[in-house]
Amino acid sequence: MEPFNTEQLARQLRELYRRCGYTQYKMSKFEPYDLYVRNKSFLVSGDILTFTDADGRLMALKPDVTLSIVKNAREGAGLQKVYYSENVYRTSPMSQGFREIMQTGLECVGDLDLVAMGEVLLLATRSLELISRDYLLDVSHLGFVSGLLDSAGVPREHQVPLLERMGEKNVPALRALCRDLGADGETADALCRLATLYGPPDELLPPLREMIRGARMSAALEELEHVCALAPSNRLRLDFSIVNNMDYYNGLIFRGYLPGLPSGVLSGGRYDNLLHQMGREDGAIGFAVYLNLLERLETAQPEFDADLLLLYDDQTPAPAVLREAERCRLAGQTVRVERRAPEGLTFRTVRKVG
Amino acid sequence: MNVALPKGRLGEQVYSLLERAGYPCPSIREENRKLVFENQSAGVRYFWVKPSDVAIYVERAAADIGIAGRDILLEYRPEVYELADLGMGRCRMCVAGRKGTRESRDQTLRVATKFPNIAKRYYSAQSRDIDIIKLHGSIELAPLLGLSDVIVDIVETGKTLLENDLEIRNTIVPISARLIANKVSYKFKHEEITRLCQQVDLLCSKP
Repeated sequence: MEPFNTEQLARQLRELYRRCGYTQYKMSKFEPYDLYVRNKSFLVSGDILTFTDADGRLMALKPDVTLSIVKNAREGAGLQKVYYSENVYRTSPMSQGFREIMQTGLECVGDLDLVAMGEVLLLATRSLELISRDYLLDVSHLGFVSGLLDSAGVPREHQVPLLERMGEKNVPALRALCRDLGADGETADALCRLATLYGPPDELLPPLREMIRGARMSAALEELEHVCALAPSNRLRLDFSIVNNMDYYNGLIFRGYLPGLPSGVLSGGRYDNLLHQMGREDGAIGFAVYLNLLERLETAQPEFDADLLLLYDDQTPAPAVLREAERCRLAGQTVRVERRAPEGLTFRTVRKVG
Repeated sequence: MNVALPKGRLGEQVYSLLERAGYPCPSIREENRKLVFENQSAGVRYFWVKPSDVAIYVERAAADIGIAGRDILLEYRPEVYELADLGMGRCRMCVAGRKGTRESRDQTLRVATKFPNIAKRYYSAQSRDIDIIKLHGSIELAPLLGLSDVIVDIVETGKTLLENDLEIRNTIVPISARLIANKVSYKFKHEEITRLCQQVDLLCSKP
């Protein structure tokens, strides 16, 4: 993997989005708690850090940027394309307690078409490519999955546990659950198949076409096919086990993965349902890159704290010390000057001035 | 492929299964204190970990796949794929109490368990207020000494319960060993993991 630095990457990502005409969205560290509590299940984690503001209002340290962007996007003003690079505060199942998470991402809100969706998916692949050429982007379409469940007559309240088992690719449990819910054998087979299918689009689209039941699934697959054709297909994988809350998400969803990291680093999708819940008619799509997860990719720590330790004593004139240090720095070395060797630090060479 | 095996009898059974499935590593049978065993030609590296830690190793990708009891998966709910039911280590997660005692709803129920999350979920589904007493072993002792009213624990044969004058009140969920995989490893080592899964499935479906 190429040398890697998180700060540099954040800059490159911002530049990438800016060049596509996305404008930067900056927000304050905290927002009124109301916004988040109304859409709590949209958030990755339900926990929110709150405090009381000087005027008595309950405020929250922002757990998410998307909600604020959507709230402030004007309806009927054409497409709103924004990117952000902000710290958010949330808990994660793997770590106890709250963490500050550096997140960069973009959102496109408005009347979406194939071009807008394709551009977002393409930017997701470009973002991952900036980190590693060996990335994989898993893509799914919730319309296809919920189309299948609806066509089998599975009521909404039973869809959630089915989707959870799909998310685990847990075929035995999925079968047992289908049996309990009284779903027909054909539906059970299709769901199990869908949970385990994994591969590049051109390989999986033909078998998926055979699974179509009804107009909804057919439209979803067609959209998926068109969008996937717009991104580098050798890095895309279809995976219908990615599940997101269907109260908010619909349509295309995707997750980005890099070798050597234990979990996904990019997550995104289309969330028209969130806008509908806010009383809007249009749609939205976006993604976030979790920069905090990339720390582990950073190139190995340097062997020494500095190349050279320059020691001096009372006899050495100060200008001579600083001149000598500067001379070595100009030669490309990192130089620390001290009277005594500092404890716990390592240097490639140690030398006395003069 | 890194494989986390649960220490103990179940782990040995699982290793035998994987050996038959085409992933042998003879050095694992040697008597020594090594922790990691590798067979490059079969493309596997095994290591023994505490059964309750398997899910953590897999979730954090120190192991690509691992074998964990369903009890551990239900308790910790790790972000992993659950690819196969190995049908081994079968037992049940049960509520048990002293024989002949009445379980009344007029008091907060004291529940001793190694599985606080499973117990909490089970009783909150019944809208029951409980006092969880988290123990690390010898759970059966708790009701005998009056530390708790009931226990939530794994029951295999029921012999320990019987010998200690305890009885099963309810079965919460059946348990068996599951093959789990890290979500990212599944993507980047898709062929290897799928092949192993198929081999294991094949062996498990044979009587």
